[in-house]
Amino acid sequence: MPVHHFIPDDSLVDSLSDDLSSPLKLYPSKPKKVYVFGTCLVDLFYPEAGMSGVLLLEHAGVEVLFPQDQTCCGQPAYTSGYKEEARSVALAQMSLFNEEYPIVVPSGSCGGMMKMHYPRLFEGTEYDQQAQEFSERIYELTDFLVHVCDLPLVDQGEQTKIALHTSCSSRREMKTTDSGKALLKQLKNVNLVEPEKVTECCGFGGAFSVRHPEISNAMVKDKLDHLSNTKADTFLSSDCGCLMNIKGAAEKDKSALTLRSGEHLLSFVARRVGLIEGGSE
Amino acid sequence: MNTTTDPFQERSEAAVKDKKLRANFLSAMNGLMEKRDLAFDDKTQLEALRILGAQVRQNSLVKLPELLVELETKLIQKGVQVHWAQTPTEAVDIIQSITLKEKATKIIKGKSMVSEEIHLNDKMEQIGVECLESDLGEYIVQLAKETPSHIVMPAIHKNTAEIADLLHEKTGIERKEDALYMTEQARLQLRQNFMEADIGLSGVNFAVAETGTLCLVENEGNGRLTTTVPKTHIAIMGIEKVVEKLEDTAPLLSLLTRSATGQPITTYFNMISGPRKEDELDGPESVHLVLLDHGRTQMYQDDELLDTLRCIRCAACMNHCPVYTRIGGHAYGFTYPGPIGKILMPHLEGLDETQSLPTASSLCGACAEVCPVKIPIPDLLVRLREEANHPNAQSSNVKGAGVKRRGMEPVIWSMWRWWHQGGTRYRLMTTTLSRLRFLQPGTLSPWTNTRTLPKLAKKTFHQQMNARAKK
Ligand code: SF4
Repeated sequence: MPVHHFIPDDSLVDSLSDDLSSPLKLYPSKPKKVYVFGTCLVDLFYPEAGMSGVLLLEHAGVEVLFPQDQTCCGQPAYTSGYKEEARSVALAQMSLFNEEYPIVVPSGSCGGMMKMHYPRLFEGTEYDQQAQEFSERIYELTDFLVHVCDLPLVDQGEQTKIALHTSCSSRREMKTTDSGKALLKQLKNVNLVEPEKVTECCGFGGAFSVRHPEISNAMVKDKLDHLSNTKADTFLSSDCGCLMNIKGAAEKDKSALTLRSGEHLLSFVARRVGLIEGGSE
Repeated sequence: MNTTTDPFQERSEAAVKDKKLRANFLSAMNGLMEKRDLAFDDKTQLEALRILGAQVRQNSLVKLPELLVELETKLIQKGVQVHWAQTPTEAVDIIQSITLKEKATKIIKGKSMVSEEIHLNDKMEQIGVECLESDLGEYIVQLAKETPSHIVMPAIHKNTAEIADLLHEKTGIERKEDALYMTEQARLQLRQNFMEADIGLSGVNFAVAETGTLCLVENEGNGRLTTTVPKTHIAIMGIEKVVEKLEDTAPLLSLLTRSATGQPITTYFNMISGPRKEDELDGPESVHLVLLDHGRTQMYQDDELLDTLRCIRCAACMNHCPVYTRIGGHAYGFTYPGPIGKILMPHLEGLDETQSLPTASSLCGACAEVCPVKIPIPDLLVRLREEANHPNAQSSNVKGAGVKRRGMEPVIWSMWRWWHQGGTRYRLMTTTLSRLRFLQPGTLSPWTNTRTLPKLAKKTFHQQMNARAKK
């Protein structure tokens, strides 16, 4: 049978090769300074996670810059189908990080928005190029700590068993699921266990959890069961959305709970190495 | 945010509460996920095959108009009668007129989702023609007077006990919860139908333009009987199912069966290329092909939405979807459920009829991760959400665009934009919120029906970073 050739469609081939090229992800060498993008959920609800991230970066000898005018990555509007609104807010963010430093984000989901979706959002506009360059500088914070900072972690905490919830955006967009694990594995008194169905979504999905509460609830209940079944002392997540969702469900339904109600992975790590004090928030 | 109940919401809420249904789906989907995983044990090979599969499909879509003409020409040369239908009504009319001409009263059907799409069985019944499903799953669903709840396994929502009850009640056979026994009994009943039917009606998995070949993938042999025993065969397909060359079918077949059921290959791969020739002993005397548009050209006109048409109906996206697993296929309320249904049905029925579908996803991406032809389903969902809010519906070619552009939602989002566009006003608002945290309501339905609300922090991250900078 003669071999026939397809119409070459470069854009398709490019987009199709994403999955294959991901293991070749490139990292910069350790910079002197980085920008931190805080995310709106960290800002309002989990500032401790943000502070922990900052302390860990500084612990690694990297200076942190924090433009005070940053707000939100624009994802809520984007995924709700309000592209214009998302674009205005995204544009405001892009104008704030003018030096060439990497931009690190303590959330797979907001990171995914800025890395994967900004270029789409501005495709064919005058900001096309800018969005492309901006997105190339985005890193998820745990991923950055592991692959760029080469951070030495000395565990000062007691023996504990931890279940890690890995978010869909870190798995499928940022491809950083292993980074959280890698950080935790450095802590010698932490016994990391993997819940069943670890790849399944916790049911947050932003507006999805409000628009379709019954389905979302069924999902988070199952997620909670899988986490509880590990008999871990607590669970961690490096995504505030998931954390809010699973933690909220865990606190509501205490009877079903065998584990403490969960915290951000960065707060946990910072506490274990003595950078912040106190028990779980 | 709009939380008023709509039919989808009601159906999905009821489905979530139905414990038996959820258990049936959960265990079935777990099994299917495992099988797919085993069938694709070499991930690099899978990735290469997916790229090839997507390219083959994209290639045929790029050339769709020419390939359809070529297909028609080749089929006509081989004696197949080709009909074009723009709407479901036209497709039904075509099939009804063939039936009248053949004076047929009984149609035996192989599995065809397109026939579900045009609600063929009901429409034929209205003119006194009986349609009998011959695919075992479809047969069960038909006995239960239901529609398929899954595009590959139509009766997957029922467990063995329910099927035993159904067969006993409707056909009078002895009740035994034994799959082999039940299959045997059903087969005996179906054999009779094959002999009596005047027309056999089937779907098409791939149509090859180069050779004029209609390919049909199946496991039970009912497809082969449907297309060879009755004296007339009618095939029906969506216009996107065409591929350029015969060799294109190889990667697609391999991806289809492994993604769907984890099988390396199906029991039957029928290749139909025309009616019985003079010196042949069997086969139908006449073969018809109905080509259905039904909103497909609408997708075809849009570079991004076009990707939807790559679909080979393997159902892997459903099997891996956390939403589908929890509500099952019927809750969607449309022919194609699950992730593919959410991006396909809005084109078929219009966004006004299907507006809840694109929102019913957490955008987790499990569907796109498994799709053998790499359809970026979450991106298309976001696009359709956008179309639903389209400020100027006239400039969109998606049916029902702009349906959500009313009420408070757009207002809320412009307020949101205003709030997040400027750093100073954002900080003013967030600092005020955290100062007034004692006023934070304890409940905020529906979130707090099943979760606690996260507490606003005493000092925002911005404040803490600002304080540090000043030190
Ligand atoms: S969208 Fe992809 S995974 Fe879903 S049925 Fe179509 S081909 Fe299969």
